Amino acid sequence: MGVFFGLKTVIASSKGLSWRCVDLVHVEKISHKAQYAHIKGELFMDDIVVTKSSPNSLDTGTRLQLYRMMLECRVLEKRAYDLFMQNLIKGTSHLSLGQEAIAAGFGVAMRPDDYTFCTYRGHNHTYVRGVTMASILGELMGRECGLLRGKGGSMHLMSMEHGALGSYAIVGAHLPIAAGAAWSAQYRGTEQVSVCFFGDGTTNIGGFHEALNFAVIWKLPVIFVCENNRYMEYTAISDVTAVENPAADRAAAYGLESILIDGNDVDVVYHTAMRALSQARRGGGPSLIEALTYRHGGHSRADPGKYRPDEEVAAWLKKDPLPTYRKRLLKLGLAEASLEAIEAETEAMIDEATETARNSNPPPEDIAYTDLWADGSATWRN
Amino acid sequence: MAELTYREAVTAAISQEMRLDSNVVFLGEDIAAAGGVFKTTQGLLEEFGPDRVRDTPISEQAIIGAVMGAAMTGLRPIAEIMFSDFFAVCWDLVANQIAKTRYMTDGQCSFPLVIRSANGGGSRFGAQHSQSVENWAMAVPGLKVVAPSNPADIKGLLAASIRDPDPVLFFEQKSLYATKGDVPEDEHVVPLGQARIVRSGNDVTIVALAAMVLRAEKAAETLAQEHGISATIVDVRSLVPLDTKTILEEVGKTGRLVTVEENPRLCGWGAEIASIVAEELFWDLDGPIVRVTTPHIPLPSADALEDAMLPSPARIVEAVRQLVD
Repeated sequence: MGVFFGLKTVIASSKGLSWRCVDLVHVEKISHKAQYAHIKGELFMDDIVVTKSSPNSLDTGTRLQLYRMMLECRVLEKRAYDLFMQNLIKGTSHLSLGQEAIAAGFGVAMRPDDYTFCTYRGHNHTYVRGVTMASILGELMGRECGLLRGKGGSMHLMSMEHGALGSYAIVGAHLPIAAGAAWSAQYRGTEQVSVCFFGDGTTNIGGFHEALNFAVIWKLPVIFVCENNRYMEYTAISDVTAVENPAADRAAAYGLESILIDGNDVDVVYHTAMRALSQARRGGGPSLIEALTYRHGGHSRADPGKYRPDEEVAAWLKKDPLPTYRKRLLKLGLAEASLEAIEAETEAMIDEATETARNSNPPPEDIAYTDLWADGSATWRN
Repeated sequence: MAELTYREAVTAAISQEMRLDSNVVFLGEDIAAAGGVFKTTQGLLEEFGPDRVRDTPISEQAIIGAVMGAAMTGLRPIAEIMFSDFFAVCWDLVANQIAKTRYMTDGQCSFPLVIRSANGGGSRFGAQHSQSVENWAMAVPGLKVVAPSNPADIKGLLAASIRDPDPVLFFEQKSLYATKGDVPEDEHVVPLGQARIVRSGNDVTIVALAAMVLRAEKAAETLAQEHGISATIVDVRSLVPLDTKTILEEVGKTGRLVTVEENPRLCGWGAEIASIVAEELFWDLDGPIVRVTTPHIPLPSADALEDAMLPSPARIVEAVRQLVD
C-alpha cells in the first residue's frame, strides 16, 4: 500500500453506477473488495482505495493555517514533555506527538460553535478550538492559571466556551456523550456538529458500538474519528482485533461508508473533515472515519514504547506530518520566509506561555470544595 | 386532589414538566410506543411526539451518554433505566462522567438531568431485577439521590428533580407502582433535601425510605395498638441532599433511632445516618442505634424466601421492642 489514503465512493442508483470521489484525491489502486451497504434507501458500494492528495486543492491561506496549527500543537506538546522531564508536570501525560494532522485538520475545518469530544490524549484537540497554551500548560502543571485551575489535570481538559466539550479518560465513554450532544443540536435545530476523537483501542469496547448504532438510527450530526496509531497502550491493535482496520472495516455493520484515510496528511484530513461536517450539517447523519497515524513516543510518560520495532518507528518518523507538509508547501511555491515567520512566532508563543504557567501560583485549597453542584457548593447535608 | 397510583404519578410529573419546558425530553427502552414496561409513561408519546419521547435500543451506555451530552448542551433530559440493576452496565457514564465532569472542569458545565429507574424487591424477580441500589448512588460525590414512598411525593419530587440543575438518580420502588394516594392536580413540586415526618411519637424514631416507609407505618400501628409504644416515622425521601437537621431533631426528641433499609446490610444508607447521629447526638441517646436491613445476600426469587429477607413490619416491631423494653 502507498503512503497516502483517501476515499472513493461508488453510488449505485437507478441510472446505473456513478462515481463520487472525495474531491481532490487521486485514486491509485483498489485495496479492498467492494462492500455493499443499504443506507436510507440508497445502495452504496464502498471501496477503500489508495489515493494521494492533489497538489492544487487548497488555497494558500488555509494551508498556512493548517501548518501553523500543527506546529503549535507540536511545540505545545514538546514543551509539555520538557516540563515533565524537569518535574514541573506531575502525574501522567499522554502526548500526540506525530498525530497532529488529525486535530489540526479538523480544528481548521470545524465551525466555532461545533463540539469536540476527545480522550485523555486530548491536549491538541482542545488547543485547536482556541484555548491558550498557557492555560493548558498551567493545567498540566497544576497551577491556578490552568484551564480547570488544577481540578482536572492533563486527562480532562475542557473549554465549554470554545466548544471543547471535554477530554474523557475512560476508554469509550465519550462516544455516547458526543452522540447526545449531537442529538441536542439536532433537537435545537442549530446545525452544530459533534466531532468525537478516539483511539484504535476504543473500537473493541461496547460504548463504541452502542454509540454508532444510536447515531445512525437517529441520523445524528456526529463524526466519529478513530485515530489508529496502531497500538492501544502497549499492545498492537492488530494482535487483539478481528479485522485489519478496526474502525473502517466495521463501518458496514452500522450501514456507514468505510472511510480510511492517511491521518498524517493534513490536506486529506481537512478534506475528509469538510465532507463529513457538511454531510452532518445538512442532516445526512453520522460518519465514521479511521485515520492512520503513529505516535512518536510511548503511551504515556511511563512508557518508552520499546515494544515497537525500530524499523517501524523509523518508517513512521519519515511520515512525520510536519516536515512532510513543510516540504509540500515549499514545493507548491510558498516562500520559506513565510514558514520561518510562523515557526518563529510559534516559538515565541510557547516560551511566553511557559513563563505565564511557571509564574502562576498553585491553586488555593478552598477551590477543592467548590462546584460539585450547580450552586457552586459541595454540600450534601443541611 | 386526585387519587392516582404511584405509576400514574410518574406520568403526571413528566407531563407537567414537559408542558412547562420544551427543553425537557425523555428517552429509554420501551418508554414511548409501549408506555413503559411498568406502564409509567403511557400517553407521553401521544401528547409530546417522537422528538421529545423516544424509544432507544437496549443500550444503557448510549442512553446515559445521550442524556449527559444533551444536558451539557442546553436540554433537560430524562432517561429511564428499566431496572436499577442495569446501572451496572452503564455505571461509568453515571459515576465517572456525569458525577465528576462539572467538578473536574472547575464548574464549566452542569448536568440538569434525571435518570429514573425501577428499584427494589417484592416482585419475585430474582437477584438481578430486585436490588435496592440507592446506596451505590449515594457513595458517589456529584449525584443527587431521591426515592419516594407515595404518589404525591413521586409527582412533587420528580418535578423538582427535572427542574434541578444537577444530576438526579430517581428511584421508584417497583412494588409500589399499584399503590394509590391523593396527589395535587395543580402544579406540584416538593423540594429535594427535605425529609417528611410521617407520624410523631415519643419512644422511638424510625427512619425509612421508599417501600420501607409503608412497612414502618404498619409496624408503628402494631407497636401502638399491641405494645403501647409510640413511634415517630421519618421518610428520608432524598439521600443526597440529606436532611440531617430533621433526622437529628426527631431522634433527639425520642432518644432512640431505628433505620429501616431495603438495601443489603453493608454500607447501606442507614449506616451513614447512624454514624451522623452517633457523632452528633450521642449524649442524647437512650440506647443503641439499630439497623433493620435486608441481609447481606443477593435477593432470592421465591416469594417465601424474598418475604423472609426484606425488612417486614414484624421485624421492625421486634427490633423496636428490643430497643424500647
